[in-house]
Amino acid sequence: MATLTNRAKVLEQKPMSFMERLYFPAILKGMGITLKHMFQKKATIHYPEEKRPFSPVFRGLHVLNRDEEGRENCTACGLCAVACPAEAITMEAAERLPGEENLYREEKYAAKYEINMLRCIFCGLCEEACPKDAIYMSETFAPSNFTRKGFIYAKDELLIPNPLTDKENYEKAKGQREQQLKNK
Amino acid sequence: MEMLAIDLSLGLEKLLLIGGIISFSLLVAMYTTYGERKIAAWMQDRRGPNRAGPFGLLQPAADGLKLFFKEEIIPLTSNRLLFVLGPALAMITAMLTSAVIPWGPTIEVLGRQVSLQIADVNIGILYVFGVVSMGVYGIMIGGWASNNKFSLIAAVRGASQIISYELAMGLSLIALLMLTGSLSLKTIVEQQMSGGWNIIYQPLGFLIFLICVFAECNRTPFDLPEAENELNFGYHQEYSSMKLGLYLFAEYVNMFISSAVVATLFFGGYDIPFVNEADLAQSIGVNAVAALGFAALFSKILFFLFLFIWVRWTIPRFRYDQLMDLGWKKLIPLALANMLITAVVVLWLNK
Repeated sequence: MATLTNRAKVLEQKPMSFMERLYFPAILKGMGITLKHMFQKKATIHYPEEKRPFSPVFRGLHVLNRDEEGRENCTACGLCAVACPAEAITMEAAERLPGEENLYREEKYAAKYEINMLRCIFCGLCEEACPKDAIYMSETFAPSNFTRKGFIYAKDELLIPNPLTDKENYEKAKGQREQQLKNK
Repeated sequence: MEMLAIDLSLGLEKLLLIGGIISFSLLVAMYTTYGERKIAAWMQDRRGPNRAGPFGLLQPAADGLKLFFKEEIIPLTSNRLLFVLGPALAMITAMLTSAVIPWGPTIEVLGRQVSLQIADVNIGILYVFGVVSMGVYGIMIGGWASNNKFSLIAAVRGASQIISYELAMGLSLIALLMLTGSLSLKTIVEQQMSGGWNIIYQPLGFLIFLICVFAECNRTPFDLPEAENELNFGYHQEYSSMKLGLYLFAEYVNMFISSAVVATLFFGGYDIPFVNEADLAQSIGVNAVAALGFAALFSKILFFLFLFIWVRWTIPRFRYDQLMDLGWKKLIPLALANMLITAVVVLWLNK
């Protein structure tokens, strides 16, 4: 039969040589290989105690950012919701009242801000669309949940901790990414 | 009255020894399961159990407790008596062999000479053979009583495998017995202490014996009765809870005892290599030497346990025809040739 390509290889079926038929050299060789593997670097890490560093471009859960004085950056302009291809973001805007200057950076803010993590495809377009550096994607991923409702993250779950009152958690939520990007 | 007193203390001494050896073998078997999982993991570039206790050392206890608390199911169509008898027999026969193994030289307790061997039978090896071949009854009865086709196939496989390999095993030992001239394991060890280990004189016999031991313990590459992927765990498929645990455990006890037998027959038993025990006993005392001797035996056993595990995670299972081919067409002729050559050499040296 003519072959379609010239890549076909003829299989050579030689009878086994005496050494091969003895089988023992092959077993010893195999045992050498397994013994060598015993002392090799393990592929797994001790997960909860030890974590692999995230890549600088990792796109995890969203975080609503604050500035250094702890004021929310978001002005509820809606660009992120427009940019979102999965239509996962909804928000309601509200006007900043006198006396709330320490809470919101500009005159308009998001009274309600929800992201449906089941819809979200973690593309990062919201991050790119935001003109105020108010939303960015962190180095954590969505934990499991029992209900669909539990995956709709409201503002209190998205907001980064206040850097004035909770410095430690603020730094943690910020993550290593900016540092890594700077080092590059 | 005096006789009675001696017998009483002798009985007490043997009872303590039996209790000690049984609990020791169970403990070792427990940690062999741990070792097996750890070594398997390392050979596959993983880490193995490391959550229960430091380095996962409590893992065997957790496994055992889990098995105890599981629901015990006896299939309706099974033969109840035989179903319960199967795992019991497997475990009992696994433990029985330990009776004739000399675990160390004689020690002195309160001015009494205490032998670290439960029974110094003069037909020691024959006893080992008899008990080991009874081990297959556990598999056969369990497989038969389960009333399940897979279990039955496994039982038949196990029986035919053990019968086939017992022949080669016996033949390889005959050559050894020609050299030692004794069936008592204690005598064999003592001869090796003065005359060098039997592995030097019987390398081929050792190899055949080792392969047969692997087959008798149903360890990979001879684990056809279990054969997870063809027979769904074979003979213990219908078992649950601690009955399953006993089957699994008996395999590890078997491994431990078989390693002890191999170490005793071919690697000098409790002989400490390159050391004259009699000289050492004069400087540090009899009991210290006995402890060292036991440590020597135990490290030899540990090596063989490691070998069992090492081979298991290296070699795939034999096909059934390959198994029979190896047993009948390779090992038996080889063992016969080994026997003949040994006989000729022994005769020639004695002439």
